[in-house]
Amino acid sequence: MTFGTSQWPASGSTMGAMAEPGRQGGAAIEIRGLTKSYGDVKAVRGIDLTVERGQIFALLGPNGAGKTTTVEILEGYRSRDGGTVQVLGYDPARQRRQLKSLIGIVLQSSGMDRYLTVSETVAMYAGFYPRPRPVDEVIGLVGLEAKRNTRVLRLSGGQQRRLDVAIALAGNPDLLFLDEPTTGFDPSARHEAWEVIKNLATLGKTVLLTTHYMDEAQYLADQVAVISNGRIVAEGPPATIGNRELARARIRYRLADGATPPADLTAPPGPDGLTELVPEDLTAALHRLTGWALEHHVELTGLEITRPTLEDVYLELTDGQDEAASPEPTVAGRRRGGRRS
Amino acid sequence: MNGAALTLSQVRYTNKAFWRNPASAFFIFAFPLMFLVIFTALLGHGTVRVSATQVVDTSTYYVAAMASFGVISACYTNIAISVSFQRDTGVLKRTNGTPLPSSAFLGARMLHALLVAVLLVVITAGFGRAAYSASIPTGLTLLRFLVMLLVGAATFCALGFAVTAVIPNADAAPAIVNASILPLLFLSGVFIPLGSNAPTWIVWIARIFPVWHFARGMQAGFLGTTFYWTDVLVVAAWGLGGLLLAVRFFSWEPRA
Repeated sequence: MTFGTSQWPASGSTMGAMAEPGRQGGAAIEIRGLTKSYGDVKAVRGIDLTVERGQIFALLGPNGAGKTTTVEILEGYRSRDGGTVQVLGYDPARQRRQLKSLIGIVLQSSGMDRYLTVSETVAMYAGFYPRPRPVDEVIGLVGLEAKRNTRVLRLSGGQQRRLDVAIALAGNPDLLFLDEPTTGFDPSARHEAWEVIKNLATLGKTVLLTTHYMDEAQYLADQVAVISNGRIVAEGPPATIGNRELARARIRYRLADGATPPADLTAPPGPDGLTELVPEDLTAALHRLTGWALEHHVELTGLEITRPTLEDVYLELTDGQDEAASPEPTVAGRRRGGRRS
Repeated sequence: MNGAALTLSQVRYTNKAFWRNPASAFFIFAFPLMFLVIFTALLGHGTVRVSATQVVDTSTYYVAAMASFGVISACYTNIAISVSFQRDTGVLKRTNGTPLPSSAFLGARMLHALLVAVLLVVITAGFGRAAYSASIPTGLTLLRFLVMLLVGAATFCALGFAVTAVIPNADAAPAIVNASILPLLFLSGVFIPLGSNAPTWIVWIARIFPVWHFARGMQAGFLGTTFYWTDVLVVAAWGLGGLLLAVRFFSWEPRA
């Protein structure tokens, strides 16, 4: 199965043409036909992915879609059942030792020794690597300077997550794995974490992050792959994934009681009281609607024009069961078969 | 850094975290010393027959017994509970994702436990010497004593790693560790001298498990009783078994 490869030029390179393992050249991650089962459960059902060096790549999907399994295979924690995997030119299953010095890992659950201070913790992990970054520089990168002598158990959740990233950066890795870096965070902690991750791109790091937050993928990623049921169902830059940019826009407004706009510009209001239209010609429809409103002195409260959000695309792509109940086919995206057997 | 330097550096961090954690500093380190004071104050006035020909003050007996308890606490209890906790919170998994060799991480934990054990024995011996004129081993006795101490400490560390395989999560760790060691400490004459009237089944349990052999070896150092190399062998056999089980079943990830 090769969904998502055709419209993505980078993945056209073959495994045979891989560059030398290590720090330079070649894609950061190349996956072909990856499969993994736990007993009868097929967690990963044939994934192809290429992550270019210097990219922030988001693997977006609901819980249980196979994100963590895929990432943990790349990190060398899990074995795979089938397919080929190259991370910085190494096979994580057979060359994990060489790979470990070149990657940084932020796991979903963040365990660290609670009685060490921030700088002790970073220094300890930095000591494991052949060419670490200076400890103070790493602490600065994640904005924990003020907490450098604070013990881990006195850090907030957001600060602990930043320390997680600091630990992953301590060895000066080329490639960083972030598994759901902001799950369970309050909004301000999430934005703190986002700024840290955005900064990583300026260091030239490749970042593979998994998330089930649309806004996170949208804000952070250069490239997004939507994973559902162990398969990649869509792939592309966040602005255009699922042909989002081509989808028709919606007009939504609230109508005062008793007013009757032209028949083709109205519809029964939805449960939120808003009338929703998906006109073929947005400009003309909007002109006629507002013209009518001015003429009849009708207020169109809550008037808005929206395009399908990444979230709409995502729900469309990952929620096969609810397709029949979906009110409007707002996404002119590729409807791929075989999503659910 | 090479393997030895990495291990020593890990010992330093393990040591910092150990003393800053009130639970480990108290339950692992202060407990044996507290028991030493309580047992000797409460029961120190009697005498214990330690062999056919030798009778010692109960207080001196407890100096040796609590030194054994200190080693078991620093090695078995400490490692089993703290490693389970590190496994559950993801510290082990994180470490396993770095280039730090497993041997350096686990070796550092063992080395640190050994240092805590030696410190406990030294304090216990110093207390026994000052308060109860317990004899401090010298010469050949000291050498035998050190062999027993090192073999025992390594064995109880290995058993501590091995028992993490049957500990489902960190919450269960103190219960399982105490349930496995406390009865043995009673049945092996560490808390209460077995004496000559102990039921046969208790004597047999004591002879099967390593605690009694270890305690008898430590006693030989403090009380001048006969030193049996078979005690060292039995304890070492348990250590080897523990090591094999640990290598086979040790997990770097939380048990789901």
